[in-house]
Amino acid sequence: MTASVNTISTQSAEARNAGDVVLDVSDLSVAFPTEEGVVKAVSNLTYQARLGRTLAIVGESGSGKSVSSMAVLGLHNPKRTQITGSIKLDGIELVGAPASTFQKIRSTKAAMVFQDPQSSLHPFHKVGKQIAEAYQAHNKVSKQVAMKRAVEMLDLVGIPNPQRRANSYPHEFSGGMRQRAMIALGLVNNPKLLIADEPTTALDVTVQAQILDLVNDLQKEFGSAVILITHDLAVVAETADDILVMYAGRGVEKGSAKEVLAQPSHPYTYGLLQSLPSHSEDLEELRAIKGTPPSLLNLPSGCSFHPRCEFKSQVEGDACWTQLPAWRPTPGLHNREIRCHLADPVATLKHDEEAR
Amino acid sequence: MLTYILRRLALALSVILATLVSAFLLFFAGPSDPAQAMCPETRCNATRLAAITKSIGLDKPLTVQFFDYFKGLFFGRDFVYAGDTVHCGAPCLGFSFVTRRSVNEELFTRFPNTIVLALMAAVVFVTVGVTLGIIAAVRRGSATDRGLVGASQVLGSIPYYVLALLVALYPVILWNVLPQYSSISAGVGPYFMGMLAPALILGFVTSASYVRYTRNSMIETLSMDYIRTARSKGISERTVLYKHGFRAAMSPIATILGLDIAALLTGTLITEQIFGVDGIGRRGLAALKAFDLPVIMGTVLIGAVVVVFMNLVVDIAYSFIDPRVRLS
Amino acid sequence: MSAQTLLKVTDLQRHFPIREVQGLRMVRATVKAVDGISFSVKEGQTLGLVGESGCGKSTTSRLVTRLDEPTGGTIEFGGRDITHLKEHELRDIRRDVQMIFQDPYSSLNPRQTVGAILSTPLRVHGLHRGKEKARVQELLELVGLNPEHINRYPSEFSGGQRQRIGIARALAVEPKLIIADEPVSALDVSIQAQVMNLLAKLRNELDLAFIFVAHDLGVVRHFCDQVAVMYLGKIVEFGDKKKIYEAPEHPYTQALLSAAPDINVARGIAPKERIRLIGDVPSPIDPPSGCRFRTRCWKAQDICAQEEPPLVTATADVASRAFREGGVHLQACHFPEVKTDLVAEVPA
Repeated sequence: MTASVNTISTQSAEARNAGDVVLDVSDLSVAFPTEEGVVKAVSNLTYQARLGRTLAIVGESGSGKSVSSMAVLGLHNPKRTQITGSIKLDGIELVGAPASTFQKIRSTKAAMVFQDPQSSLHPFHKVGKQIAEAYQAHNKVSKQVAMKRAVEMLDLVGIPNPQRRANSYPHEFSGGMRQRAMIALGLVNNPKLLIADEPTTALDVTVQAQILDLVNDLQKEFGSAVILITHDLAVVAETADDILVMYAGRGVEKGSAKEVLAQPSHPYTYGLLQSLPSHSEDLEELRAIKGTPPSLLNLPSGCSFHPRCEFKSQVEGDACWTQLPAWRPTPGLHNREIRCHLADPVATLKHDEEAR
Repeated sequence: MLTYILRRLALALSVILATLVSAFLLFFAGPSDPAQAMCPETRCNATRLAAITKSIGLDKPLTVQFFDYFKGLFFGRDFVYAGDTVHCGAPCLGFSFVTRRSVNEELFTRFPNTIVLALMAAVVFVTVGVTLGIIAAVRRGSATDRGLVGASQVLGSIPYYVLALLVALYPVILWNVLPQYSSISAGVGPYFMGMLAPALILGFVTSASYVRYTRNSMIETLSMDYIRTARSKGISERTVLYKHGFRAAMSPIATILGLDIAALLTGTLITEQIFGVDGIGRRGLAALKAFDLPVIMGTVLIGAVVVVFMNLVVDIAYSFIDPRVRLS
Repeated sequence: MSAQTLLKVTDLQRHFPIREVQGLRMVRATVKAVDGISFSVKEGQTLGLVGESGCGKSTTSRLVTRLDEPTGGTIEFGGRDITHLKEHELRDIRRDVQMIFQDPYSSLNPRQTVGAILSTPLRVHGLHRGKEKARVQELLELVGLNPEHINRYPSEFSGGQRQRIGIARALAVEPKLIIADEPVSALDVSIQAQVMNLLAKLRNELDLAFIFVAHDLGVVRHFCDQVAVMYLGKIVEFGDKKKIYEAPEHPYTQALLSAAPDINVARGIAPKERIRLIGDVPSPIDPPSGCRFRTRCWKAQDICAQEEPPLVTATADVASRAFREGGVHLQACHFPEVKTDLVAEVPA
């Protein structure tokens, strides 16, 4: 397994310096016009993904975490999507780029692993062929060479007997094996960025652990940037370096993953962590966030979280209702940014936790 | 696979048998007396009626008639007409009450006409229907899409016989753009040219539903996760649509296609009637009017065999299209 | 305090015969979805069923509600054998045992109003005759929905609200036992907590017993009194919550606990010992001989393939806290061994 890693990772002659920004998203907005109105799936999103690091994008359904990543690969139907702002992948501007640009960067510069490996592989095509196809699309090689590469990749992701398994159909694989094959497909062209969209949500717990380990190991080998989209904060705690918390299409908090989870400084992040059962074991009641996420057709004025926020009374005046909070460093914390009007969120949240 | 096909064939045989028995019983349960129909109205009397009944074998008990029929199917049988004995070899479908000709001959000379008409129509509706359906799906929501869907709905809501009659009347009879049907004895060229008008209208009208099936199936396929995966590989949109989308979208169409072809092969009644094509649909209709039991049974038999066979073909084809389907 | 046993399941089995093609031959095989499990639930008590796909937890809940008929063993409810009752004899059981489903989107009829959905069970069982509407509004209020929304359709509610409707439907007939099959796994994190709180509140107010089927170990730990860990149709470990989480003895339970990612890692608590299982769960068609877990177990020896380990009283270290505290604890491994460090302690 390790033998092939070396040959594969050294194929790329480009130097990969850990920490280099490979994806620079700034002021990105994605909207879908519908009959009922415009769905504002992502609004003014800014973040960076760096080589050698894992960025977790966390949020609930409708937070825009998947939509923003699909925009990186140009997977939205351009006729039914309005995208503004900037997405720079390895220096290439992708907002407004023609289809040919996306065709070139897909799989070579950025690849995606999807949530459900069962439905994400083509049921009629053999697994090896599906991987080889992605390799052949970007390398002028014969079918045999591409197939050999596919078998190597299957070996790399820990599929036993890869030569034989390459000739199997997806339905002949188990769930965990299918997700491994999806990862092999994602890495076949050695992209600088791998986006994993809820890669373990459809898998069993023991298999989830294997897949997360695999992604971590491969990242070390390849030195690529990984964006991990998930709703599971425990997964973030164990696998991510950086975190971006999203709510209703906007980023609300970003920083180091471990620090944010240990000491959240935005009321939404705080609320999410408080609501986890593991946090309040043996407490009679879980601390739920009140209410439900807003409709993306009709976002609340000001801060989108204000209708559910417990702390809005501590902000003077009507800022929470009327003004969209801008990104700013959290007072008192290093390397942390939030979008919140609270004057001293760290103190406010700490006071709240102690009062419980 | 082989055991599967053998088992299916055994099953097919029993289905065909059951169909024949039901057709037979239905015929005798109804108010049908072939002898009465053959007895000349003005000069019919009891003696004459009895003679006719005897001559076509309807005086025998039902079980005997049925047994004779099956014996004929498998071993052949002898018929006695006006003192002459005629042997009818297996598979013997009997003799028409009305024309006194062998049913085998009656139907097997006509069946090719039906087959040619059905297959020519199928070529038309598969190419036109599937192509337009794909175009509509790929350009979903565009003016082209709306136009195609609208047109196919309009076409589907006009009674078929009206359209067929219009074609038979204007291009064929009045304008002479398309030749009229002529039997194969008049030559291969004119025969196929004559089939053009009925095949085109039949195919064209059927293609309306294929536009919709294909469009819906393709749209559903294109929304699948694996299509998104294919796009994310960086292959061309053409490859995504045709290599990944098309085959998956076609698998449900294969089932409908098989059954539709089977339905056409059992007799394209209206088309044959309007264009004067001498096929089994038309012959079967004439037989029904005259209570001509052997011919009716013959058409039922052909129909049952065709439907059962096409079902088998569809299932086998399916197992080739979709590797998840294993024949068992 | 002396609660009566409400449900008693003994040696429950559900085998599905299937036919499979291997090459040219047809092979008859059996899916042993549930293969000889026993447990009981007392009034007001909550039993958690945990395990991965194919472990038989959902089949078990279908058997207990008699939506499916067992192929072996017995189910007693309130002292009455209901194992093979006919549909018309199940009327009382249908009232006493209710189910909450995973998917709040597909388990409610989209063409019925909430009022119709909730009053149907009342009418079927002839409850609150003539006052159905008042009862429906009471139910809506009970689950935290606006009683004025009685004429709305499921599509007008969010996922969490729909799950509340599903809960109200289950409560309509005043059941004694509720089978909740992954009731929160389709919901968002912030909504999960709301629904869990609702279930806990109802359990206390209405003195309900629960069988809680879930794959999320954290949720089960929060909600259940006892836990049964299932693997390929068998219970491999059973006991009071504390025993299962803090002193598990079966290697599968240990692997499951250690595989679940732990948020406390972010709080500077050292990551727990990692047990990494190889491969996926084998197929329940012709499961491994002897101990079913042996193909993925790091302790497996010859005996594991030959003898099936019975579910016996755990042999915890007599000196350990887990033993001293007493309580039920059963496990089914040839080589049991206590591990106490798999679940991070929560800082005070």
